Amino acid sequence: MKRQDNLIANIDWTVVAIYLVLTVFGWLNVYAVTASREVFFGVGSASPAFMQLVWIGISLVVVFVIFLLDSRFFSFMAYPLYGFFMFLLMLVLLIGTAKHGAKSWIVMGPVSLQPSEFAKLASMLAVARFMSAYNYKMSRFRDLVITFALIGFPALLVLAQPDFGSFLVFMAFLLVLYREGLSGWVLIVVGGFALLFLTTLIVQHHNMHYILLISLGTIALIVYTILARKPIVLLIISAISGILVVLIQFFVEYDILKLEKDQIVWITLLVVSLIALIYGIKEKKREIFMIVGFLAFAVIFTYSVVMVFKKLPDHHQDRINIMLGLIPEDNDKGYNVEQSMIAIGSGQFIGKGFLQGTQTEGRFVPEQPTDFIFTSVGEQFGFLGSFGLVALYTLLLVRLVIIAERQRSRFSRIVGYGVVSVLLFHLAVNISMTIGIFPTIGIPLPFLSYGGSSFLAFTMMLFILIRLDASRKTYLV
Amino acid sequence: MEQYTNRKFIILGIILLISLIISVRLFIIQVVMDYTGESESNILRKEVVYPHRGLIFDRNGELLVGNKFSYDLKIAPYELEVFDTTLLCELLNVDRETLIRRIQNVLKHPDERYNPIIKQLSDSTYGKLQERMYDFHGFYFSRRTLREYKREIASHLLGYVGEVDAGVIRRDRYYESGDYYGVSGVEYSYEKHLRGKKGCRYLQIDAKGREQGSYKEGRRDTAAQKGRDLYLTIDADLQAYGEKLMDGYRGSIVAIEPSTGEVLAYISAPSYDPSLLVGRQRETNYFNLAKDTLKPLYNYAIQAQYPPGSTFKPVNGLVALQEKVLTTRTTIYCDLGYYYTRYKKVRCHDHISPLNITHSVQHSCNAFFCHTYKLLLEDKKYSSTAKAYTNWRRLLMEFGLGDKLGIDLPYEKGGLIPDTTYYDNIYGSGHWRAATVISLAIGQGEILLTPLQMANMAATIANRGYYYTPHVVKRIAGVNQIDKPFTVPHQTDIDSANFIPIIDGMELAVNEFHGTAYWVRHPDFIICGKTGTAQNPHGKEHSVFMAFAPKDDPRIAISVYVEHGEYGARYAAPIASLMIEKYLTDSISDNWTRKNMEERMLNGNLLYSE
Repeated sequence: MKRQDNLIANIDWTVVAIYLVLTVFGWLNVYAVTASREVFFGVGSASPAFMQLVWIGISLVVVFVIFLLDSRFFSFMAYPLYGFFMFLLMLVLLIGTAKHGAKSWIVMGPVSLQPSEFAKLASMLAVARFMSAYNYKMSRFRDLVITFALIGFPALLVLAQPDFGSFLVFMAFLLVLYREGLSGWVLIVVGGFALLFLTTLIVQHHNMHYILLISLGTIALIVYTILARKPIVLLIISAISGILVVLIQFFVEYDILKLEKDQIVWITLLVVSLIALIYGIKEKKREIFMIVGFLAFAVIFTYSVVMVFKKLPDHHQDRINIMLGLIPEDNDKGYNVEQSMIAIGSGQFIGKGFLQGTQTEGRFVPEQPTDFIFTSVGEQFGFLGSFGLVALYTLLLVRLVIIAERQRSRFSRIVGYGVVSVLLFHLAVNISMTIGIFPTIGIPLPFLSYGGSSFLAFTMMLFILIRLDASRKTYLV
Repeated sequence: MEQYTNRKFIILGIILLISLIISVRLFIIQVVMDYTGESESNILRKEVVYPHRGLIFDRNGELLVGNKFSYDLKIAPYELEVFDTTLLCELLNVDRETLIRRIQNVLKHPDERYNPIIKQLSDSTYGKLQERMYDFHGFYFSRRTLREYKREIASHLLGYVGEVDAGVIRRDRYYESGDYYGVSGVEYSYEKHLRGKKGCRYLQIDAKGREQGSYKEGRRDTAAQKGRDLYLTIDADLQAYGEKLMDGYRGSIVAIEPSTGEVLAYISAPSYDPSLLVGRQRETNYFNLAKDTLKPLYNYAIQAQYPPGSTFKPVNGLVALQEKVLTTRTTIYCDLGYYYTRYKKVRCHDHISPLNITHSVQHSCNAFFCHTYKLLLEDKKYSSTAKAYTNWRRLLMEFGLGDKLGIDLPYEKGGLIPDTTYYDNIYGSGHWRAATVISLAIGQGEILLTPLQMANMAATIANRGYYYTPHVVKRIAGVNQIDKPFTVPHQTDIDSANFIPIIDGMELAVNEFHGTAYWVRHPDFIICGKTGTAQNPHGKEHSVFMAFAPKDDPRIAISVYVEHGEYGARYAAPIASLMIEKYLTDSISDNWTRKNMEERMLNGNLLYSE
C-alpha cells in the first residue's frame, strides 16, 4: 500500500490535467466536424465520434495498466517491444491495407491499427535503453551508428509504405540526441540537407537544376568569404565565374558545344573549385578543402536525389509531387489549405461558437476530423481558443522538459525528451500546415485528431513518461 | 554526464519559438485579416467536369461513334434539406424505399466515391426534374457523355465503354470511381488518346443551394480537355456490306490494304448492335449477349483459331521454292491422292496430272504439296527432320503466322505452328518424320491461324514478300504519326521472284476454267485467290478463301472464313469476291452472275434455325 500511495502522490498531475483537457476538447471537435452526418445516422456504432470515445476508453484502460506495471518494465521490455513493432511494420508492407495511397493499416475485423504510430514509441524506448547503457559513448563511432540504425530502420520501413509524414517524425529524435550530446553541427547539417532534399525535388520538377547549383556555389563562396575575411575573394571568384559562363555560353550559341544550362554551371563550378583547390594547396588553407568538399558532396547529393526520384514508380513520384504542391492539376491539396485557412480565419477573435461552424462539418476539407482538426478549433473557438490550445501545448511541452530534466536515470530522461520531440514535431508540422506556413504533410495533431492508433500511441507515450517520473525517486533504472 | 544540461535552454527556446511563430500567424489570419466575407460566400461544391471522349471516324472521315449527353442525379450531402420524397419518387419513377436507401448509401461515404442517386436519366426525366429542382435543396446533376453509334457496324472493332472497377483504378491513378473507360476494341487500346482529361470546377452555392457562379473567378478551376479523335482504317461502307454478307454465317472477314497494313474491313460474325452496350441497359444487354448461344460477343477475326486448309498451300509452295527442293518445272504425278507411306494415302480430287507448282495451286493438288512437304522435311541440307522442320517454321513465322501479329486491338490470339518440342513430346525426339506430320502440307493437322493471320498471309503474297503489321487506326487527331510498329515493313526471307509462279497459280485458280474458284472471277480486274476446305471433325467442313486484287497493283488482300461452309468455293470465295468488287468499284456490277451470287450469299443461312 505504501508504494501505491507514493505512486499517486508522485504522479505529475499538471500533465494529467492538460492531457484530460486536450482529450475532452479533441473529442468535442471530432464530434463537431462529424455531427452533421449523425443527423442522418443517429449516434450509432459507426459514427466517428462514438468510435473515438471507444478509443479514449481503451486508452484509459491502458493507462491504468501502465500504472500497475513496475517502472522498470519499460526499460526491460524496450528491445522485445521494438522487435515486435519492427515485425509489424514489415508485416504491414506485405498484408497491410492502403488508405490514401499508403499501405499503413492492419485491419482485423472492425479494428484497424496503424503500426507506425506505435513504432515511434517502441523506437523511443529502444533508443533510450541503448543510450542509457553504462558504457555508452556518443563519441564512439559504433555506438552512434547503432543509435542511428535504431531510428533509421523503422523510419525507412515507414517510408516504404509510403508514409512520408511519419518518416519525418523520426527525424525529431535528433533533438533527443542533441540533448544527449550530439554535436549541434549535426542538427544544422542534417537540417541543411533535408532542406536541400526538398529544394532539389521542387527544382528538378521545374527543370531548373542550374539554379540550385548556382545557389550552392554562392553559399560556398559566401561561407569562404566570411571564414577567410577577404571580401576581395568574392569579387575575384565572381568575376572568373562570370567570364567562364559568358565564354561557354558563346560556344553554345554558335553550336560548337551542346550543353544544357545546368551543365554550363556545372563546368563553371568545377573549374572554379579546381582553381580554389590549387590555391588551397599552395597557401595551405584547410578551410578551402572543407568548403570544396562540402560543395562537391552537396552537388552529388542533389543529382542522386534526382536520380533516385526518377527511378521511383510513377505513382510514388506523383505522391511526392502532390505533397510538395508541385502537381498543378491536382488542386486538392492547395485547395484544402486554402479552405482550412478560410475556416480558421473566419473564427476571428472569439470564434463562432461550438457547433456553429459553417466551414467545418467536413464540408470542405476531406481530412478534417484527422489531419485538419485544428480548423474546427480555429473556426468555432476563434483566436482565443486556438491560441489557448497552442499555449496549452506549449505548457505541456515545457512541463515535459522540466520532468525530463529532473529524472535521475538517463533512460527516463531520454524517454522524456523523446516524448517532447515527437509531440513538438507533430503539433508544429500539423498546425503550421493548417495555417499555410508548411507543406501539407499528413500527420495527426496529438490528442485531438480523430484516429484510434495515434490517440492510443500518444497516450501511452505520455503515461509511460508519467509512470517513470512517478517512481523517479525509487529506482535508478 | 551533465555537461549538456544547458542544452535544455536551447530546446525550450525552440519550443517557445515555434509556439510564437504559430501564435503570430494565428493572430494575423484570425484577428488582423478578415476572412468572414469569404467564408460566407464560400459554401462550395466541387464538380468534376467530364471531358468529351474522342470521336471515331472511318478512313473516309465518316463519323462512326459520337457522344450524347446523359445526366446523373447527385446529392451534396451537407446541403441536403427535407424535401418532398413523394414528388421526387414520382419524377424519378422509383419507389420510396430505393430512393431513401440510395441517399443513405451516399451519406455513409460522403467524400469517397462517385455515388450518384440515379445514373443516366432519360432526357424526359431530366427535363421534368430540371424544372422542379428548386424544390430539392442539395440535389444537382452531373453531366456525363455516353457513346452514340451512328451506324450499326464494327462492334467488335470499336469495343465499348464501361465504368471503371477497383482494379482499373488501382492500375491507373487517373481514374476515380464513376469514370468511364474503354473496355475492349479500339476504345480499349486507344483509351489514353480517347479519354481526354477531366477538369474540375468549384461552384459557389448560396444557402438555398442555388449556383452563384464560380469560385474566385474560376482560378482554381481546370478545364476538361476533349479526347483525341480517331480515324480508323476501315471503310464504313465496305464494313457494312461485309456484315450484311456474313449475316447468317459464323466466321470472319478481314480485308487489308497490302501496301500499308491498314485493315479495310474487320468482320466477326455473328455480330451485335454496338448501341446495346451503352448506358443504363449496358449490363443487362451484356449479360444477354454473353449467354446468347450464338456467341455474338466472340471476336472471331483475332480470337478464333482455325486450320487454314488449302489456303496454306501457297506459303508451303513458297518455302519449297526458296529452299530449292523443286523448281517451277518440277511436276508431280497425282493418282487421286498421294501415298505418303505404303498404305496411307492423302486423297485428292480428279484433275489433270502431272502438274507443276503453278497448276497445283490452281487445282489445289494435295499430292503435289504433300510430296513437296516431304521433300522439304527430308532435305539433305539439314541433318535431321527436326532441323528441316525448324527452318520451315522459321520461314512461316516471317509471314506473321504462329504468333500474335500485334494488331492494335486487345486480346489477339497467336494461332499455332507447333515447334519441334511439340512433336517431340508426342512422338519422342527423333521419332517423327515427314510422314508423321504430312497433314501440315495442306494446312490441316495441328496448324491453326486466325482470320487476321490468313488475311495478312494474303497481303504478304500480294506484296511479293513483305507486310506491314495490320492496324485499325489510320490517324489520331493531334498526333503526328501512328505507332512505330505499324510503319516498319516486315520482310520475309522469300525472294520476290519465287512469288511469281505462286501468284500465277492463284490467278488461274480464279480466272481459268479449271480453277477451283472460277465462278467468282470478275471481268474487270484479276483476283488472285486460293480456296480452302478445312476439315472439321464436329460437322460440315469449313469454307475458306484467301485472295488479293488486282493482281499487279494489289489494293486489297482478304481472308474469308465461313464455318461449316462445306468447301472454299461455296461461301468464302464468293463473299471475298463480292467484297473485293465492292471495295474496288464501290458497287456490285449489274450482271446476272454477280447479282445472283450476291443474292445467294445474302440469303444463305447456316446459323439461324428456320
